[in-house]
Amino acid sequence: MSEHKGSMNRVYGWLLLLPAMVFLTAFTYYPMVSTFFVSLFSDGTATRPSVFVGLENYQFLLEDDIFWKVLVNNLWYAAGTIPTSIAIALMMAIWVNNRLPARGLVRMAYFTPTVLPMIAVANIWLFFYTPEIGLFDQIGSVFGFPSQNWLGDPELVLGSIIVMTVWKEAGFFMIFYLAALQSLSPELEEAAHLEGASRWYIFRRITFPLLMPTTLFVTINAVINSVKMVDHLFILTKGGPDNASSLLLYYIFEVAFSFLDEAYASALTVVLLVVLAIVAVGQFTLMDKRIHYR
Amino acid sequence: MSAIELKNITKKWGDVTAVDNISLSVDEGSFVVLLGPSGCGKSTTLRMIAGLDTASSGTISIAGKDVTSLPPAARKISMVFQSYALFPHLSVAENIIFGLKVRKVPAPIRQKRLEKVVDIVGLAGLTDRKPSQLSGGQRQRVALARAIIAENGICLMDEPLSNLDAKLRHDMRVEIRALQQRLGMTVIYVTHDQAEAMSMADKVILLRDGHIEQVGTPEGLYGKPETLFTASFIGTPPMNLVELANGPEGAVVLGGSDHVVFKGPGEGRVLGVRPEDISLSDDSGLLVELTAADYLGADTILNAPVGNQIIQIRVPGRYRLGEKNRVHLTWPQEAVHIFEKASGKKIENSNITTGKVGNAA
Repeated sequence: MSEHKGSMNRVYGWLLLLPAMVFLTAFTYYPMVSTFFVSLFSDGTATRPSVFVGLENYQFLLEDDIFWKVLVNNLWYAAGTIPTSIAIALMMAIWVNNRLPARGLVRMAYFTPTVLPMIAVANIWLFFYTPEIGLFDQIGSVFGFPSQNWLGDPELVLGSIIVMTVWKEAGFFMIFYLAALQSLSPELEEAAHLEGASRWYIFRRITFPLLMPTTLFVTINAVINSVKMVDHLFILTKGGPDNASSLLLYYIFEVAFSFLDEAYASALTVVLLVVLAIVAVGQFTLMDKRIHYR
Repeated sequence: MSAIELKNITKKWGDVTAVDNISLSVDEGSFVVLLGPSGCGKSTTLRMIAGLDTASSGTISIAGKDVTSLPPAARKISMVFQSYALFPHLSVAENIIFGLKVRKVPAPIRQKRLEKVVDIVGLAGLTDRKPSQLSGGQRQRVALARAIIAENGICLMDEPLSNLDAKLRHDMRVEIRALQQRLGMTVIYVTHDQAEAMSMADKVILLRDGHIEQVGTPEGLYGKPETLFTASFIGTPPMNLVELANGPEGAVVLGGSDHVVFKGPGEGRVLGVRPEDISLSDDSGLLVELTAADYLGADTILNAPVGNQIIQIRVPGRYRLGEKNRVHLTWPQEAVHIFEKASGKKIENSNITTGKVGNAA
């Protein structure tokens, strides 16, 4: 009798898991596995069917200069956007958590970039960056700076994309920090204040450690976003000039849908997945030990 | 010299006056309780002494020095918060020595003082734990240890026992009082629980709606309430306060029998008498019908409705209803307090137009 009950429970358990399992398998695991298989074959055409080529696509990847350039671009992009947007988000959150006039308006202003559609954001910044008549050049000309081709100069284009991304992401991350800050008891700060701790000391020893769970969450999001960027590049630069602003996912998108080389795009995707998996595991194991969860 | 002195302190939040022109002084080494119902301004007063809120007007001095505009840290005080305000990510030891670290006290001295206070508050063996691994009473002790390790001499406590269960609250009450006397600390203690005030205080400051209602020793507040509010706030159960009316021969209980309470006008006056001062009598006094008996172990609280008022009587031991429900109530003359209903003020005995009180006319 009890054995029967146990097996029924097991059936219920699997039934409860089933919907999530079906969707995860159909849209995450199956595509991952099939991508890996596709990457082991050559790209087929009507006259030349695809054949098994083993690691040849990966071999090609190692020799592909554009791949390396895009990878380095992406590392710079990540290094430029992740720490900056998190730091700015934290500063803004601490600021708008204070009592200040028109606090709601300030919070909303900071959050606005997040609610704008990506394409709209790119169009706004396209105007900012336009040489001669764009916002930045017009402001610069007042102070006597020469006109810059922000998106056309290989030296400047990645930096310009980074600035725009920070602008868009900081407000989003701010909301998480703001929520976390409001869950902290003000008495903690008062107690530290009574002991003579300076604001910086309170931030360093009390506030920041207690915000660590949020920081982990935000960092993971920032890392994911740093390899997810396609739409801005599509509007602003198309990866150019000379791939100076192309990032991994945009390159994959180009290879797959412009050059129609599905096999090579699959190999690139597998590399991206492996890198992301390593980063995620590293973040959870390294940071988890140092985080105080309530 | 008083350790802490407040002169004409007022605190306004916009249009609301939380504290209205309060002046008080606290002697060094004494245990002073700010007592009052919620919203009476007691916590605000304490926070102004700590420097966490700034007074709208008036001056605060600590040890003779005007600290009204000084930041909290410069006032040399410690504070125990209602929520304890322990840092959840730091160990017990780190919590206790937090302030010493801020003030850059050398590590060996820190360690020595930590061992000493841990011993005093009874936290030995728990110093490596996180606050979340402690019971409510132990967290309370950590908060106390953090307050006394600074050796400031002045400690402010904001309802520190309200998160504990009744049994533990009683134990901690005794312990905090003993600790204060042993270390010679000056304590200002905020509570809404009159039992805490009665059992711990050298001096009780009763607050109501932002002003001081009465200041005195616990016995003073209990035995000589100057206002109706004090009489109704102190004591469990509180003092019986019954409205009077004019009878043919003197004041009588409104809605009660013609038994004369005292000779003199009764209308607009309130008679106060504590439940334990009333005794039951077979033949003389105010005739009542007992309707309820609340047995508490050592004694029983009886309810006797008179008109639409209820008089409570405390009798020793167990009293069973049904045996004898119609009784007379009597009380000694010196246990009686007469208040003016409109102003809430006590009427001095000489002005009552004295008569025999509590005996049959």
